[in-house]
Formats: sequence, C-alpha cells, structure tokens
Amino acid sequence: MTTLAPAVSAIAPEGNTRPIAVRCRQVTKNYGSGNSTVRALRGVDLDVFEGEMLMMVGPSGCGKTTLISVVAGVLDRDAGECSVFGKDFSALSGSERTRFRGQTIGFVFQSFNLIPTLTIAENVSVPLLLNGVGRSAALKKAKDMLAVVGLGDRVNEAPNRLSGGQQQRVAISRALVHDPKLIVCDEPTSALDHETGGRVMELLRSVAMSGNRSLIVVTHDNRIFNFADRIAHMDDGIVDKVVGSAKDLYGPNMAAK
Amino acid sequence: MIYYALKMLFGDKARYLGILVGVAFAALLITQQGAIFVGLMERTYSFVADTPQPDLWVVDPDLQHHSDSKPLVGQKLFRVRGVQGVEWATPMFKSFTKMRLPSGERRGCIVVGVDDNTLVGAPQSIDSRNGLDLRKADAVLVDRADIEKKLAVRTPDGGTRPLQIGDVLELNDRRAVVAGTFSINPSFFWDPVIYTTYSRAISYSPQERKQLSFILVKVKPGQDIATVAARIESATGLKAYTESGFKWLTASYILEKTGILVNFGIAVLLGFGVGTAVAGQTFYNFTLDNLRHFGALKALGTPNKTLLAMVLTQALVVGLIGYGLGVGGAAAFGALIGGTSLAFSLPWQLLVITGVAILGISIFAAALSIRKVLYLEPGVVFRG
Ligand SMILES: Nc1ncnc2c1ncn2[C@@H]1O[C@H](COP(=O)(O)OP(=O)(O)O)[C@@H](O)[C@H]1O
Ligand SMILES: [Mg+2]
Repeated sequence: MTTLAPAVSAIAPEGNTRPIAVRCRQVTKNYGSGNSTVRALRGVDLDVFEGEMLMMVGPSGCGKTTLISVVAGVLDRDAGECSVFGKDFSALSGSERTRFRGQTIGFVFQSFNLIPTLTIAENVSVPLLLNGVGRSAALKKAKDMLAVVGLGDRVNEAPNRLSGGQQQRVAISRALVHDPKLIVCDEPTSALDHETGGRVMELLRSVAMSGNRSLIVVTHDNRIFNFADRIAHMDDGIVDKVVGSAKDLYGPNMAAK
Repeated sequence: MIYYALKMLFGDKARYLGILVGVAFAALLITQQGAIFVGLMERTYSFVADTPQPDLWVVDPDLQHHSDSKPLVGQKLFRVRGVQGVEWATPMFKSFTKMRLPSGERRGCIVVGVDDNTLVGAPQSIDSRNGLDLRKADAVLVDRADIEKKLAVRTPDGGTRPLQIGDVLELNDRRAVVAGTFSINPSFFWDPVIYTTYSRAISYSPQERKQLSFILVKVKPGQDIATVAARIESATGLKAYTESGFKWLTASYILEKTGILVNFGIAVLLGFGVGTAVAGQTFYNFTLDNLRHFGALKALGTPNKTLLAMVLTQALVVGLIGYGLGVGGAAAFGALIGGTSLAFSLPWQLLVITGVAILGISIFAAALSIRKVLYLEPGVVFRG
C-alpha cells in the first residue's frame, strides 16, 4: 500500500467538542473457549459522532458484525468500555437493555429479516408497537414512513411480493419509523445488485441522516464508500484506521469510481 | 404484537394445519373413546338409572353388582320399614329364568318383580292399553327394544313378527301374558328384561328359599339420606347404597372384572400421546422456522414476556381450535351412531377432561418452543 494521507484518529482527539454517539475503548470479545477460542474483537477503540455516517470496512471475518452487535446491545462484550449516548448496555438489566435498544437503535440487516406473514406496513409498525404506540396509530405512521421511501401504494402487500431493493426499503422504514438516534446496518446492500444498492444508500443518506442521527454501516461494497462521512477500517479484531474518504484508504484509483 | 403472533401462526398454512391435525386428532380420540367408555359404563348401571324412585337400595353386604344374586330373607323388609326416617320400603325381586316364546323357542331372560300394591320400581315409560294392566292375571311387560329382535316370534312362513300385546309366553313353565311394553335405557347385559309384580316374579323363577333381591327405600322428607342409610345398616346388618353408590358398585365391578378400562385407557392415552407428539413436534418446528423472526423481534426490542405471550397465544389458540374440531368431530360421530345400538355418551365432564388434556398438549408444545425463543441471542439476526 502506498503512503496515504494521515489517518483520522479512531477516537476523538483531546479537546473534541463534537457530541459522541458511540464510544468504545479496548472492547474485546471471544467466541467459544479453550483451543477453539476465536478472538473476534481484540481491543477496539472507536468513537462515532452524532450526525455522521460511519462506514465499517475490512476483510471478511475481521470482526465487523461482532463489533456492531456489541454496539447495538445484542451481544455482550467480554471486556473494555462501550457506551451508546452515555449508556453502557452491560450496566443495564435485561429488560432495561431491551427497552433502551427498542427506543434508541434502528436495525437494517443484510437479509432484511421481515416477517413474511405480516404486511409490510405491519412489519414497519413493530418498533412503534414495542414503544407503546397503539395499533392503528402505529399502522398509520408506518404507512406514512413507507410513502417516504416510495412504497406508499404497496403497504398491504406481503414482503415477498416485493423485490430485494424494495424489501430493504421496508427494512429501512422499520429502522427509522420510531425515530431512533442510532441506526446500525450490516451489509445493507450486499444482497442487492449494484444499482439497487446505490439507491438504497442514497435513501439512507437522505432519509436516515435527518436530525442528528448517527449511522453505522458495515459493508465491503466499495462502490458505496463515498456515501460515508468517515470510514473505519478493521483488521483482525481491531479498528486499525479511520479515514475521511475512500481514497485515503485505498488510494486514488479505488476512490475514482 | 399478540395479533401479529396469530398472523404468524395462521400465515404458515402447512405448519398450522399440521399442529391443528395433531391437536384435533388427540381431542377426537380422547373424546370419542371416552364417550364410548362412558356410554358402556352407563349401560352397566342402566338398571339402577331406570329405577329412580328410591333414595336407597338395601342389599346383601356381599352383593357385587345389581345382577348378582344374593337374596335376603323376607323379614328384613319389615325391619327396614321400622327404621326411623324411612318413608316407605318396597321389595324387588330380580332373577334369571327360562322363557318360551309363543312360537316355541326357548331363551333365558331376567324377570324383575316390583311391589304388587304400589308398583314402585316399574319402568317409567310404560306403553299399555291401561297403566294398571300389570295387575291383570299373568300380566308381564316386555322391553320395546326386544320385541322385534330378541323376542321376535317365528311365523309359519319362516319369517318373524314382533311380540305383541296379548301374546302368551311361558316363564319357568307358567303362563305369562304380554300386557304392555316399556322403554328403558340400553343395558350392558344381554338377556331381555321382563317386568311383572313381585309375587308373580317369584312364581316365574326357580324356587328359592330367599326371595327378596333388593329393598327399595324412600327417605322421609327433610331426613339426611346418609344418616338413614347408616341407621338401616346398623339395624339390619345389610348394606344401603344411594343411587350413585349402587351405580358405582356395578360399574366398578365391571371395570375390575373386564379389561374394558385398560382397553379404553390405552386408546385414550394413545390419542393423547400421538396428539402430543404430533402437535408438540409440529409446533416446535413452527417455532424453529420462525426463530430468526423472533430473533429480529428481539433485536428490535421485544421484551421476553411479550415473546412468551406470543408463543403461548399461538399454542393456546391452535389448541382451542383443534379442541373444537376434535370435540365437534366426536359429537358428530355420536350423532351419526345415535340411532344404532352403539354405546356413546358425552357428559360435560368428558369435555372438561378433553379440554384439560388439550390444554396440557398446548402448554407442552409452547414450553418446548419457548425455551428456544427466550434463550435466543438477538445477535443471531446479524448472522447469515
Ligand atoms: N457465533 C460465533 N461463534 C464462533 N465464532 C464466531 C461467531 N460469530 C463470528 N465468529 C467468528 O468471529 C470472527 C469475526 O466474525 P464477524 O464479526 O462475523 O466478522 P465480519 O462481520 O467482519 O465478517 C470470525 O472469525 C468468525 O468466524
Ligand atoms: Mg459480517
């Protein structure tokens, strides 16, 4: 690799005044035990600012999914510190954690994870119901949200009647409908073709980035790198580099795309 | 979320039908076999049910069932009448005897003799030209259900005709005239039953020293039946059963002496076992199919108690529908065989028992699955 522009630090520099959404320090996570232990995270330092889209890149198996699972509170870390808007998941009880997650975090999965027997509006209404909104109000709000992503005329259809890109738009609606402050997306475009993936990213950028919301997008799809505010590169269980743009990571040839 | 849980259940047609079939099968088999069993049991004591007038049946302490022959000495009747709290006491005689039909065939039958004066103990539904026909000379009553079958009369042309009022029978070589017919509940016991008066029944039976089968007792109004029964027992050394006690004496004897309980028990357990296995397994598979959806719901912030309620609702609703189908099927079966001689009785208690069994199956199925959901790591949603 050629010498690149100096990497932006993974953690906010001293004297930083930008509000921090996610703060990780020396986070470790092992899977299994004994000889078969996999050291998935080996001391991750990372800050995610409010209002930014941070992309997480790196070779397969380097720990990206594990890291966002810890950040999103669906997986317990082994050691280190990790807080989301000042709250540490491991200091919360099981039900507090569930509630905090339901209020604060929106999820977009690679495989959409929509419930096939519910209509898309019903799927989108789930986070609202979990936050105590009544069913008819939740459905109405879900339909409004679907209209924003261009699916307003298909609200009563089953998810599998929709194309992959449309299903991911439904998933994005579900992630946004209850107005969470942090969205985590794991490979949101890798089940989609290039063009559709690009449109999904545009949608995330335009709709999801409103307010002061933060997005963490795990991807290995280099064609979407230019949507990012910062790119965190992971390797072998640590964040080894955080850069401002794709060309800082891979050089001008890559970023030219 | 509960509504969505039901949509998840009904939306998965194949699994839903699979679970439903398991539950409905169990409910059907338990109810249907149970109803046949109850029907047969009711037939064992139908004689007691057909004799509703007395509060107590006073019998020999060693009597094992209502068709057992352990006659009492006649003076016991007067001893019973003298017991405090007894309104009235009448004799009843019941015996096997030989019968000869008008066309000459011989067969066995049961002759029941009721009190000559009061006719207490006679069947409730008598069809004769005159209710008092039993008092005419040599009069006997026959079972309407028997006149075309067990008591059919052979005609010279080789056919048969029903036994009719006015036909003359021989009972133990003595003349008996059919004075009417009666209806009673179908009985577990095979031989035709003939009612007549007490004194005539004795003459229609082989001579015996003791000629009193039961003493039928009515307790004075306001008196406690159990107390009077105890008084009778201590005064006479006999045993005094209430109607339900006497029914149970017979039913329990049949249960003990035949394999009937075991047979039906096996059928019912089989229904329960197969239903539990099929419904439990299919429901478990249904939950496994939906595990990644439950995982997603969990990640999105669904509390465990909501997930528990969702799974439990799914199990209970499919259980309820399966119960309805199974019990409905059993009732339809009962209606279908209603006109035949097959035993079938569907008391509400049986519906409760089936309901409890199905509830057990549903809870078992839910319990099998709920562990999977509760211990599910929400992180699975991020994995392929
Ligand atoms: N549940 C698990 N059990 C055991 N090992 C796991 C599990 N999940 C992930 N791993 C391992 O942890 C490492 C990091 O995985 P992951 O975070 O999924 O990486 P990435 O998302 O960057 O491809 C890999 O070596 C992977 O095989
Ligand atoms: Mg991954």
